[in-house]
Amino acid sequence: MIQGIPITHFLVVSVIMFFVGIMGFIIRQNLITILLSVELILNAVVLNFLVFNRYLFPHHLQGQFFGLFIIGVAAAEASMAIALIINIYRRMRHIDPDKIREMKY
Amino acid sequence: MSLSEIMFYILAAVIIVFSILTVTSRRVLRAAVYLLFVLVATAGMYFLLNYQFMAAVQLTLYAGGIVVLIIFSILLTSHISHRFEKPPLWKILAGGSTFVFGTGLTLWVLLSHVFTPSSQKAMEVNMTEIGNHLLSLNKEGFVLPFEVISILLLATMVAAIIIAKKEDNTKSDEI
Repeated sequence: MIQGIPITHFLVVSVIMFFVGIMGFIIRQNLITILLSVELILNAVVLNFLVFNRYLFPHHLQGQFFGLFIIGVAAAEASMAIALIINIYRRMRHIDPDKIREMKY
Repeated sequence: MSLSEIMFYILAAVIIVFSILTVTSRRVLRAAVYLLFVLVATAGMYFLLNYQFMAAVQLTLYAGGIVVLIIFSILLTSHISHRFEKPPLWKILAGGSTFVFGTGLTLWVLLSHVFTPSSQKAMEVNMTEIGNHLLSLNKEGFVLPFEVISILLLATMVAAIIIAKKEDNTKSDEI
């Protein structure tokens, strides 16, 4: 643990980051900014894992490995999402999720 | 106040301010750059927690890779000077109330729970240790998720190429 900083301070930061991400997921009207909000959410979760690992179980490494795998999955998710967004833009000339109504080709 | 405490509060302030700016900025490129600041500050938090390897992964993969990818796709899909219209009122209300209630509930549960930090000696986290754990079949080994994520990344690579590639019009011309 770190001298002088209680665990709850770290957790408060990650809670605020997580819910700001969810708020952005609801209010945004552009697929790319929704993707940015998802990255915020994932980042908050990784921070949470590492803080619990360091403060409560410093003799294990489970939290660090879960963080590592989450970052890997986030990279896969971002590249897939961007491929989809570029394909949608090529077909419809916009990326507003409210106006995309048909999934058929 | 020690140096690490000052550092922690600076990083926390940067994370909170720039994450709020990320979801409220009206220009999409600025939102991406604010996200970059949040990710770099989070890497600073990992350094503070003494996880150097995670911080390096965060900087190279997130701040270096994903943000560059996102900025590329922004430049491909919208004008730099484009500004968003204001979101409708019901969306702001829904998002804001979700934020307030969610944060309130979670913080209430969090602050009423007493965490007892472990007094056990911290494990040395070096590259040898991480590599041994990742590829070990023993009790604390992670070889199965390692293999699963390697297959996931391969599948993602193939799928991203197939989805984003242009349709092939040359065949119909030849016939």
